[in-house]
Amino acid sequence: MTHHTLHMPITEAQVRALRVGDTVTLQDTLFGIRDATQIHMFDRGRRTRFDLNGHAVIHTAPNVRKVAPTGSNQAGYEAVCIGTTTSDRMERFTRPLMEREGVRIIIGKGGLREESARAFQELGGAYLAVIGGAAALETTWITAIEDVDLDDLNPESLWRFAIKDFGPLIVGMDSHGGSLYRGVQERVAARRAEVLAKLGAA
Amino acid sequence: MSVIPPPEKLRISPDAIEEAAKLLYIRALKILPDDIKAGFHRLDASETDGLAKSVLATMIENIAVAERTENLLCQDTGIPIFNVEIGREVELDGWALKQAIARGTERATREHPLRSSVVHPITRVNAHSSCGAHVPVIHIDFVETPRILRLVMIPKGSGSENGSFLRMLIPADGLAGVKRFVVDAAIQAGGKVCPPTILGVGVGGTSDLCMHLAKVAATRPLGTLCADPEGAKLEQELSEAVNSLGIGPQGLGGDSTAFAVHVEVAATHITMNPVAVNIQCHSARRASATFTPEGVEIGF
Repeated sequence: MTHHTLHMPITEAQVRALRVGDTVTLQDTLFGIRDATQIHMFDRGRRTRFDLNGHAVIHTAPNVRKVAPTGSNQAGYEAVCIGTTTSDRMERFTRPLMEREGVRIIIGKGGLREESARAFQELGGAYLAVIGGAAALETTWITAIEDVDLDDLNPESLWRFAIKDFGPLIVGMDSHGGSLYRGVQERVAARRAEVLAKLGAA
Repeated sequence: MSVIPPPEKLRISPDAIEEAAKLLYIRALKILPDDIKAGFHRLDASETDGLAKSVLATMIENIAVAERTENLLCQDTGIPIFNVEIGREVELDGWALKQAIARGTERATREHPLRSSVVHPITRVNAHSSCGAHVPVIHIDFVETPRILRLVMIPKGSGSENGSFLRMLIPADGLAGVKRFVVDAAIQAGGKVCPPTILGVGVGGTSDLCMHLAKVAATRPLGTLCADPEGAKLEQELSEAVNSLGIGPQGLGGDSTAFAVHVEVAATHITMNPVAVNIQCHSARRASATFTPEGVEIGF
């Protein structure tokens, strides 16, 4: 198991170097994306002015405070609390995020499914697990909200965060077909019969 | 013959309720109850999986960071729920109470500020107030203690709320069917509901009551038992079962899938055997305000 520090954006070769169980710390830039953002981008044909090519997105909708825009903070928002939401709801957007926008890394909690695993394998991508519900800690890794797009969807806007030492994150799914979640699900399924038998409910 | 004067009623102004509602929403989002903190340390002590231990350590660190930075534990401000208990000698305008709770919720959202996580279900428009039709959810109950009014605020996170399951089993499915349903709900929820969780189970009642019982169970403090001895027995059995599945914290594997399984029961119909599961995530947040003639006490 290896620890990787990645300055975003990254190349296909860099993402293919990640293996499930490795840990990753991200630097520089991270985009926040959510259900409504992706419904509007991919179901309703809206486009973003942001270049997501080679970048990482995190499944989030932050708590923010409106402030006067400054040089490093053009969006006019300051972070209050930024955490992570359940990724599974956004499963069907993995492939379009990668094919259309060039995204290389998706960060979230709870994992994604087999279609995402295939997209990561075919197109070169990875899923990094951040600890859900640990948002106070995660907020300390974000230095600024640099910009925002599709802000009529607030809080489910497309956010650009400046980050420093974002992690450690766990590689949950890699570009070689590996998935920690699949492994756990298979072990759980194998234990189910024994657990039910002990309950007298086989 | 002496005349006993009627007992003095406890009167609480809507303004005091509004202030309490605002304070409780923010406090609940920032400070985890002691029973949940103790639950974390108990799980950490018994966890045997290395990755799971490091996940638990991050969660425990987050609780301290939230308190130190006075920040929210989780970014999900949830659906605001208020459980209100009213004593026998309390005089209040119930309509004004409901309005005051909504005003306090909206003020917390705008003044802190908090993310409004509440949208219209059809248009998906967010009013940025954390309020809407029937939200905040308010449950009112009456208690025997004469001069008491208690507000318990629960910001119910969506990741775990999406892990809600109901089945109208039939008598022939028996208790075995109930157990199987709960185990399969835990498997289906997997890591999506942010384990370790409190897995709330409703058994009996009608379909709506059954799901309500599951929510009551999921939001009950750790260490409390089902008042029904058969329910309490089921809690013990199901807690052991769910924690032998190996789902683990965040669904990444391990022993710590649930702090506990809580069960609540209601009588049901001779033809029915309903079971419901509602799940509380590890950010099992609560805050309470208790009004008495002596003043107001803030707790969990």
